Amino acid sequence: MREQGTSVIYISHKLSEVFDLADRVTVLRDGRVVGVRALAETDVASIVRLMVGREISQLYPDRGERRGAPMLQVRHLSRGERFQDVTFDLHRGEILGVAGLIGSGRTDMALSVFGASPTDGGEILIDGEPVDIESPVKAIDLGMAYLPEDRREEGLFLDMDVTANIISAHLGSFTSGSLMDAREAEAEAGGFAETLDIRTPSLEQKVLNLSGGNQQKVVVAKWLSTKPRILIVDEPTRGIDVGTKAEIHTLLRGLANEGVAILMISSELPEILGMSDRILVMHGGRVKGELSMDEASEDSVMSLAVG
Amino acid sequence: MSASHGDSGAGEESRVAAWRTALMRIARAREVSLIVFIVIASTVFTLMTPHFLTMQNLLVVMSGLAMDAVIAVGMTICMVSGGIDLSVGSVFACSAIVLAKLISLGFPVWSAIILGMFVALLWGALTGALITRVGVNPLISSLGVMGMARGVVYVITSGRVISNLPKSFQNLGQGNLLGVPKLVWVALAAVIVGDFFTRRSRALRQVFYVGGNEKAASLSGISVDRVKMGVYMLIALLSGLAGIFETARFGSASSPMGTGKELTAISACVIGGASLSGGEGSVLGAFLGLILLGLVRDALILNDVSVYWQGLIEAAILVAAVAFDVLVRRRRGR
Repeated sequence: MREQGTSVIYISHKLSEVFDLADRVTVLRDGRVVGVRALAETDVASIVRLMVGREISQLYPDRGERRGAPMLQVRHLSRGERFQDVTFDLHRGEILGVAGLIGSGRTDMALSVFGASPTDGGEILIDGEPVDIESPVKAIDLGMAYLPEDRREEGLFLDMDVTANIISAHLGSFTSGSLMDAREAEAEAGGFAETLDIRTPSLEQKVLNLSGGNQQKVVVAKWLSTKPRILIVDEPTRGIDVGTKAEIHTLLRGLANEGVAILMISSELPEILGMSDRILVMHGGRVKGELSMDEASEDSVMSLAVG
Repeated sequence: MSASHGDSGAGEESRVAAWRTALMRIARAREVSLIVFIVIASTVFTLMTPHFLTMQNLLVVMSGLAMDAVIAVGMTICMVSGGIDLSVGSVFACSAIVLAKLISLGFPVWSAIILGMFVALLWGALTGALITRVGVNPLISSLGVMGMARGVVYVITSGRVISNLPKSFQNLGQGNLLGVPKLVWVALAAVIVGDFFTRRSRALRQVFYVGGNEKAASLSGISVDRVKMGVYMLIALLSGLAGIFETARFGSASSPMGTGKELTAISACVIGGASLSGGEGSVLGAFLGLILLGLVRDALILNDVSVYWQGLIEAAILVAAVAFDVLVRRRRGR
């Protein structure tokens, strides 16, 4: 189109695409233009610095200390065509990355582990004890949390405000008697808004009006509020700007360091390689392989992912 | 949200700002627009006829809508859950007929009342089970129950009216308490309790989450099926209660009683701010919607407008309310 003389304005935060396609780039932050550059004269780091307003030394934080005992053990879990014979251990303090192409059964498997879908075979053990996770209610009781793949459809109540969303996974904790305690709820929400740096004009803002990154932070806050021991995150930084991505990665590593067991499903290879302590690769509903970080590379992951 | 600087000047400013936003939020509330509407409408009606603004007339209006208000409390909660219940009129009648039949057969009044309520609960459980276990959508489920409950009414009565109910029973629904009809007290109690609990009770707040995003609610650990079951049983219970009280008021129960009450309830709820897709609704708003509809109907009667115009005008009000709602939301950039 450019050859034909059409002017193209290409809006994206995928920097690889921007550098591939564009001649010039204008960077906006917080509603203002913060810089205009010719792409030939700049690099990714400078653009990122403009976008975020500060240096991001690392998109992926350092890995943590040694991991602990297995907290979640999945044995031969199956559900019809969607996934079969899935077996793995998830340890305290580790981030287990789950890689695979779309349709490899990762999300289906995660939803079954979380009790949101049935299984027709296999068992799940938590702290060594077999458990029957018949619904998300039970899963949450057992200390699990699930950050869904599609935050708008599955994680957020778009017409409700920030506070209402943050308390939504355990309303019972914010009551006195059987009545809601607004002050406790607001205090919890306010606390998370600060620690996670959720940008919103007020806690009464409808979540619909927040940016993708801030919406994701609200979902993160909602689940952190339940103080989970096992956290499943499904595409945690999809559709989010670079700065918030880094914040979420730091947060996840921080949780792992505190002993939370994290199962991270991601389709972004750099994220899988940057964040995981171990990598599980799925294809066609089955676990094709498990890679230690020494063995892991774009090639080794991809070759397992394509079958 | 402003950080406090430990200085009383900055603290004062943020407090004033907080008050102002709170006031603005209240002003934008649906309930306030309704009250303004009601005041304007009443002024117009008063100018049209002197009989409008009399205590006697207003009490007649309130008595007429009292049991609709009880039903509307349930309908609000049902619509908040994202559902709808067309069976309220039939359940209203079925409870009333069962009660009246039992009394006429010699049952003690209180046991007849309890059994009448139990019948309502069963219909509610059936509707709820159709929706949660079988998976039929609420519209069709409640439509089916509407037909079945009305059918039971005709089977029991063979089309006849049951009257001659004892004075002790009629006393429940007739007469005044402190100058206000008893049933109006019942309605006010239902509305006040209903509005309070829908705003503050954890169980009822769950209904808002279910109606707002059912998938997210389920993934957030809310038992969606249990909430829905509770909702349909509650609305049926309230409908049955309303039917029983109305029977006490008139001293009789008839086969067609309650017909059309579902439309009145739904209209009132929508005027009051309930969304058909769920997640929003106000008991107080529905009550104000009923008052508005009631006053309009009353004004038409006082002005000798043919009864055939009433339905048309009430439906037009509903359409106007919904259109107003949609336009306001769009302007707010929702």
